[in-house]
Parts: sequence; structure tokens; C-alpha cells
Amino acid sequence: MKTDRAFHLKLYEQLVLIREFEERVKFLFLEGTMPGTIHQCQGQEATAVGVCAALRPDDFITSTFRGHGHALAKGLSVQEMLDELFGATTGCCKGKGGSMHMGNMDKGMVPGIAIVAGGIPLAAGMALAFKLQRRPQVVACFFGDGAVAEGAFHEGVNMAAIWDLPVILVCENNLYGASTRIDKVMKNPRVSDRAASYGFRGETVDGNDVLAVYAAAQRAAEECRAGKGPVLLELLTYRRTGHSRRDACHYQAKDEREAWFARDPIERFAVQLLDRGDVSQADLDAIKADVDRQITAGVENAKRAPQPTLADLTTDVFA
Amino acid sequence: MKRQGIAEALRDGIAEEMTRDPAVFCIGEDIGVPGGWGGAFTVTLGLAEKFPGRIIDTPIAELGFTGMAVGAAMMGMRPIADMQYGDFLFLASDQLINNAAKMRYMSGGTVKVPMVMRAPIGATGRGSQHAQSMERYFTGVPGLKVVAVSNAYDAKGILKAAVRDDNPVMIFEHKLLYGSKGARAEPGAVDATSEIPDADYTVPLDQAAVRREGQHVTILGWLLMTHYAMAAATILAAEGIEAEVIDVRSLSPIDYATIGASLRKTGRVVIVEEGPKTGGVSAEIAAGIMEHCADSLMAPVVRVASPDVPVPFTPILENAYRPDVSRIVEAARRLAQT
Repeated sequence: MKTDRAFHLKLYEQLVLIREFEERVKFLFLEGTMPGTIHQCQGQEATAVGVCAALRPDDFITSTFRGHGHALAKGLSVQEMLDELFGATTGCCKGKGGSMHMGNMDKGMVPGIAIVAGGIPLAAGMALAFKLQRRPQVVACFFGDGAVAEGAFHEGVNMAAIWDLPVILVCENNLYGASTRIDKVMKNPRVSDRAASYGFRGETVDGNDVLAVYAAAQRAAEECRAGKGPVLLELLTYRRTGHSRRDACHYQAKDEREAWFARDPIERFAVQLLDRGDVSQADLDAIKADVDRQITAGVENAKRAPQPTLADLTTDVFA
Repeated sequence: MKRQGIAEALRDGIAEEMTRDPAVFCIGEDIGVPGGWGGAFTVTLGLAEKFPGRIIDTPIAELGFTGMAVGAAMMGMRPIADMQYGDFLFLASDQLINNAAKMRYMSGGTVKVPMVMRAPIGATGRGSQHAQSMERYFTGVPGLKVVAVSNAYDAKGILKAAVRDDNPVMIFEHKLLYGSKGARAEPGAVDATSEIPDADYTVPLDQAAVRREGQHVTILGWLLMTHYAMAAATILAAEGIEAEVIDVRSLSPIDYATIGASLRKTGRVVIVEEGPKTGGVSAEIAAGIMEHCADSLMAPVVRVASPDVPVPFTPILENAYRPDVSRIVEAARRLAQT
């Protein structure tokens, strides 16, 4: 395990980066300096980091309206994302996408698809292209437990299955679709069971264990690259913040929240790292301080970043 | 040069584009099944044998295969999606409207979605759910190009232009104009054959076409209504009324340069639309005429369209539903006399 020190510290840095990014964005939003709305992923950082760590730079991901973590994990910069959130032309989508449509094709991330399950057929189509072009890439398609009830889930997953497409179907099961708990909308709440009915492999993983997620995603990516896709990964996790904006999560039971907070992916991984013997608390503190500096500088830049002119309203409609 | 119907011309056009560019493929239901029909109207008949692995038969999953076309297009492919009946586009509309049409814009101009969606429309003895004129639902969607083909020459040239375009293009076709043969022949079909050149050609996606010149009244139509308008013009000519018939062809964007030039000559316009009057493309064109060329109008705009009812099945009602030659003649005659 010690040989992985640098890799593990990198994972830790990404986890912390996502957490601190989201906390800062929440502050900016509540402060009223940042426009728009937000859907955040505090508590779910390990799903994005673990999956993206198993991908190559030219592999793709599709994301959802809750995509800040996916974007950071796939390599989008803090700056291009903060600029986007502030609506600046230097944002990853020139300020035309915003929080729900973060993406950067050069870094392998399709702009977030904010229609629930809308990214699933799309990801299957991307994987179909890779197969037709005989390219070795895979696509990891992130969606929530809520997407499983959509028709698009069934249609996209079925076609991925019948054509053995290289798509990792990543269900971030955080127990809630907006405010509705999973047991009210699923007779069988084990999402990974659905894979068998389509004829491929599904697996439920502790989504708050970044190394477990990474290992599962690596297996899935290897299978997909070997023409044995798709794979359904159900990552069990929990959203610490509201569905969006000022949602205070009154629908989440206190004991449930406490149980999941005790399984926080960052704290758990910190304990694992400190147990190694070659990582100190000072190392982790330095990472946190560095991330904080990076985000603070990013926010200052984003607040001064160039806003679009009115002429930009009608550009970029057609290629 | 050879004489072909729309189905044959589209088939050749697709084959030529697939030969020219390995990124082109077809995706849809029942389009390449051995012993099948080659799509509901025979357009892809025989292509599966010619292009193994590139005519992709899907499950009955319009939302799903449309989304797959969008995703494949984003990764450098050039899919031609086949919607068996236009009515099913409602199932696919999330992927078309929320993803295909918006991806370019919301990515800040970094994503391309070069896909084609072909869909047949028209009231043809199939009742209410295999009959609707669907173009109205897509002409107001920024990011989509919408065209309608009324003859074989245009069908092939527009198909090729659409495949080569870097944006999502919807091509509407009419069931009575395909010239589909054998078991897939349509009762009430209208001859839409053309002389097709041997050489490669394209037809622009943003231009209307003047089908007949005249100075007294302009008749605008598309798809089947272009043919009915031409028949009406023949009757009107016998009465001394010279109608100019324009095939609007490009429904988004609409070619107001061609329409305006005609109105400067005639000062009068009848817009003919198969489909309910309320919320139709003809309403958009009428408003556009007021904005672009109201000065040319010597009389108010007249519309001939279907009533605001679902498409009925029984022939006597279906024929009453769809604008016909006599209604066009009557409207144009009255307008020419004002």
C-alpha cells in the first residue's frame, strides 16, 4: 500500500477539493454574490473521485445537475468552473451552461445533462460510437437513484446491454430523489439487481469508501475495454446538503443523518491514510491549506472575470 | 439521369453518404431486418446487406435510440435516425429538444451534434396517432434545423446536405409522397418522382423553392400541400388567375427573401398547411410576413389548414380534415378578387 502514497494523497486532495469547493460555492450563493441555483454533492465526493481515478484522460463521463464533483474529479479546473458559476466568458461553457451544465469536452466531460436519466441513452450512444470507431475508450455515466424510475434508464441500459457497449453505469444511490426516499419509489431498492435482468453484471459498492469505488470502477473499465460491457455500479452514499438551494433536508431522519455523517468519505479516508504510517496529519493539513488557497484565489479571479456582452446572446446556437 | 421516387432517392442518398463518409450510419426500428421492409416506407431497403454493421436496428425505444444518436454524433459519428412515424417524436422529444438542440449553446459552442432525424408525417388512413403533422412542434426550437421535402430531387439533395451539416437537422417526409412500392405502397399516393442527376449534389437547408411563377397570388405550402397547391394553380390558371406556388421547404429557418420577393409581385398570399390551424407553422409564417414584408401586402394573409381536431380515421372525415385542391382554389380565387 505504501507504494501508492502519491496516488492516495492525490485522491485525498481531490476529495478535499470537492468538499471545499462545494462549501465555498454554498457560501457564495447564500451570500448572494453568485447567481443561479446550486445542487451540491457534499458527502458524495468519493463516488466522483473513485470512478474518475479509474478512467483515462480520453475516456468520457456524462453527469447530472449535481455535477461539480464529477467535473473536478475529471480534471476541470477550479478556475474554469468558478468562472462558469459567475457567468463569465472564461467559464468552461462561456457562462452559457452554469452550475447544471458544467463540462469540457477536451477533458472528457459532456456538459451536465440536467434532465433526470437524460444522460443514459446519450452515454450509450457515445459508447456505440467508440465501438463503431474501434476506439478503446469507455464512458462512465453518472446518475442518481431517482433516474432508475425513468423510461430513459430502461431504454438506454437495454441498448447498452444488447450491444455490449463500453459504458459504466454509475448509480450514485444517495437514498433520495429530491426529497422522496428510495423505499417509496422502488419495491426492490437494490439498484444493482437490475443489471441481471438486462443480462450483465451489477455490483453494489460502499460509495463512501474511495478505494472501494476506485477498485470497482477499475474492474468495470477493464471489462468494458475488453468488450464485456456494460457494468452497473451502484455506489451507496449520502447527500449531506439539501437537494438544491436552501433545502434544509427536514425529510432526512436525524438518526439516518448521524449514521451517514459518521461514515464521511473524507474523514474515513484520512484515518486510512494516517494508519499507513508514512502520511502525517501535517501532510493532510497542508493539502487542505493548499486547496483553500486555490479556491480563494479562484473566487477572486472569477469575481473579476469578463462577463459576456449582449452580442454573445445569439452566438453558439449552431455550429 | 434517372427517374426516382422519394424513397428510392433517399435510399441512394443515404448509400452515397455512407460510402463517402465512414462516420455515417443509420439507426432506428425495423430498418435493416433481413426479410423486412427497410423501414416503414422502404427507404433503407437493402442497405443492411450493403453496409454490414452500419444499419442498426433498435428495440422499440424512440427516446433511447434518439439519445444514442445524439451521443454518437457528439463523439464524431454522423447518425441518420429513422423515426418510423412522426407521431413517435413525442417520445424522443427530450433527447431532441433538451439535448441535441441545446448542447451547442450550453457548452459555449464547443460541442457539435451532427445528426439527422428523418420522420414521415401526414393523414393516411391510420387514425389519430400515426397521422399528425409534427413539424410545428420543432420549428420553434432554437438549435434545430427543420426541413420538409416534397419531391425526390430535393429529398436526396437535402438528405445529403443534412448529413454534411454539423447541426441536428430534422427532415420531414410525407407518407403519400414516398412512392413506396409493393406491400408498402400507400393508397392515395401522389407522384413526387424527379429526374435525379448521376452526379453528387446537395440542396440548401435554408431556401424555399418557387415551383410555379405567377403574378396574381402567392400560394405557400410544403410536403403534400405543395402538390395540391400546384394542382390548384392549374385550375386557377384556366380562370385567368396566375398563382405563384412556393414550396416553403425550409421550415426553420424560413426563407423570407424568397417569400418576400414573391409578395412584392403578387401582394397576396395563401398559406396552406396540413395540420391544425392553431399553433401551426402557417401562423409563424403569417407573423413573419407581417414583420418582413407587410408593405407588399394588398390584402390580409389567408390560411388554409386543418380544423383543430385530431386526425380522424374514416375516409370521408379524413378527406374533410386535410386541406384539398378545391379549398385552396376557393381561397386563392377569393383573395385574388379582393
